[in-house]
Amino acid sequence: MIAGARVRTAALLAVAALVLTACGDDGGDAGGGGGGGGGSTALEGRGPITFATGKDTSGNMQKLVDEWNADHPDEKVTITELPESADDQRNRMIQNAQTESDEFAVLNLDVIWTAEFAANRWITELPQGEFELDQFLAPAVETGKYRDKMYAMPVYSDGGLLFYRKDLLDAAGVTEAPKTWAELTAACDKVKAAPANKNIGCYAGQFDKYEGLTVNFSEAVQSAGGSIVDDSGKPTVTSQEAKDGLNFLVEAKKNGQIPEAAITYKEEEGRRAFQEGQLVFHRQWPYQYALANATDGSSKVANKFGVAPLPGKDGPGVSTLGGHNFAISSFAKNKATALDFIKYFASEDAQRSNLLATSQAPTRTALYEEQELITKFPYLPTLLASIENAVPRPRVVKYGDVTAAMQEAAYGAITGEKSTDEALETLQSELEKLTAE
Amino acid sequence: MTAPALPPTQGGDATTSPQRHGRLAAWLLSPTFLVLGLIVLYPLIASLRESLYRKEEGLDENGFVVEGDNFVGVENFAQMFQGDTADRFWNAFFNTTFFTVVGVTFATVLGVAMALVMHHALRGRGFVRASILVPWAVPTAMSAVLWQWIFQADGVANELLNTQILWTTEGFQAKIAVLIADVWKTAPFVGLLTLAGLQVIPNDVYEAARVDGASGWLQFWRITLPLVRPALMVAILFRVMDVLRIFDLPYVLIGPRKQSVETLSMLAFEEAGQTRYGPAAAYATMLFVYVALAAYAFVKLLGADLIGEARVRTKEAKKRQREVVAA
Repeated sequence: MIAGARVRTAALLAVAALVLTACGDDGGDAGGGGGGGGGSTALEGRGPITFATGKDTSGNMQKLVDEWNADHPDEKVTITELPESADDQRNRMIQNAQTESDEFAVLNLDVIWTAEFAANRWITELPQGEFELDQFLAPAVETGKYRDKMYAMPVYSDGGLLFYRKDLLDAAGVTEAPKTWAELTAACDKVKAAPANKNIGCYAGQFDKYEGLTVNFSEAVQSAGGSIVDDSGKPTVTSQEAKDGLNFLVEAKKNGQIPEAAITYKEEEGRRAFQEGQLVFHRQWPYQYALANATDGSSKVANKFGVAPLPGKDGPGVSTLGGHNFAISSFAKNKATALDFIKYFASEDAQRSNLLATSQAPTRTALYEEQELITKFPYLPTLLASIENAVPRPRVVKYGDVTAAMQEAAYGAITGEKSTDEALETLQSELEKLTAE
Repeated sequence: MTAPALPPTQGGDATTSPQRHGRLAAWLLSPTFLVLGLIVLYPLIASLRESLYRKEEGLDENGFVVEGDNFVGVENFAQMFQGDTADRFWNAFFNTTFFTVVGVTFATVLGVAMALVMHHALRGRGFVRASILVPWAVPTAMSAVLWQWIFQADGVANELLNTQILWTTEGFQAKIAVLIADVWKTAPFVGLLTLAGLQVIPNDVYEAARVDGASGWLQFWRITLPLVRPALMVAILFRVMDVLRIFDLPYVLIGPRKQSVETLSMLAFEEAGQTRYGPAAAYATMLFVYVALAAYAFVKLLGADLIGEARVRTKEAKKRQREVVAA
């Protein structure tokens, strides 16, 4: 019997192993001692460093790093490529911070992670005076700050644009891109009046339940004059403006202006629909411009569309900011080198080369006005207007929970499962809990 | 099941005494137990310990997170059953169970059918076997991406069915999408194990049945199924333990935090992603207990003969011991 029991125990333990591998045990103590610490430690030490970033899809990052390495033989930078998904990148960086490893020196952070990383002392405060911040897009600089101290330097920016079918609007006699939601609806009705366009969708954005919905929802609220949190960080989603904003999406979905399928759209699904000619208006990031203009047959709308700033309730809309900031890990050695490297990546030459290679939006204002670049990327002036007017997403430590709550509320309301009021009241009480200190 | 014939034992023969045997076996097995202890027992205990702690959550006046872990006892577990989190937990519990019961049932039926086809295919046998096994060879996350293409709004599924179902949105259709993808992937596994069982059934049993005039259906019901049962039970047990931990399919195919398909391991992952390792470990521990109970119940009730031989051997040894004592 003893042998039997032992075998059985072993079998159960094997089950345990399977469970644990699947659930990804964090492998060790969370938290632990402070160490490192953010704050006012001087950035010292020179020598080789690593740069942890998401995928370098164009190879331009490597090119810039190679140029840096040629000029700085004693302070060589190595790129550590992290997984492609943003969540996985964040997890890897958090693991690195929790083991207080000096493996990563410079971190390529999504704009929404700054508060969490700064509050946990995972990244070091940066000297504001050394960056010529006045030459950068003001809203982008804001995303690198936590409690008025600078923790991350904006290197890539992003803002929402309204892509519209110029050919269809022209044919329907609409000469200008809509500036308000009412104009957008009216223009779409005119387009749909033509029998050939009877089944075309009016408007879509990113409405699946993920970060894109947070962006679209907060844009709707801001474009109606509301806000998610006020200047002091208190949630304000039960205001009339916030209700009007969400109601625009809810109503448009209800009366079919937002097509049914749009509830499954992330960036790529929406882009395919726009390129197939299934949408009149599409809220999208600038990356769609080149792809939708491809003349190799992949896009049916090449040279048939234009871009405009996002529309709002009573006037121009307010975009939500995207982009990436560079920060220095608190546990890194050679912080002085890291600081120089960030300055190098934020320099005008590096940003220009990046824009040309990847079409990622720069954070230096001057580049948006260079004639040569505008010829290549005609949407740059529109994008500049969009970003200068844009609002960062709530800068809170528990951003992961905040965005989950926002997605829950918006998804429930747009799919018609909850009323707008109900969704926003639940959201308000949850945000109050999450932002309470 | 006949026990292997054992050599008759003489009482008092030291070299072959069962006790000696046991001690030698323990010595020989000890490296294995050591490794198992390191890679199984230690993480298990570490995770259990973690589930009793919770991270400080507040901010100090400068906006920095107050550091440190607090011992909270069973509070992480108690929290699971309170208020909103209770709804979420029971919903995930239900989904997990639903996927397990329905998914394993379909995978078993299909798998047995596949095994019969593979067993009987005369021409192109190798080809049939290989092609049936392809889904099992595709990594689950990859297959989830493939199925996402099929189930997207303008995807193949809607095209073929001539419908406009939004498979990846909240609702029962999302559960069905996950089940279809899961069964597609795992039925070959059941099929493969069943095939192994089929191949050891001697042909003369069937011949005898044919002589007696048994129909094909009767042969399957009275001969094939009972004889293939041990292998099939092992396959089903493995599937049950696997599906209870289902994560990648619903997560990639449908998306995180969608109630219709949220499972227990997704809850644990979600909490860990927000760096709340205590509650995450608590969810993982609950899942572990659930899997262990399900496996135990399965072995007890349905008699999956995973450890059959060992049991027979122990019984035999006991009998011998008794005989020795009696003599």
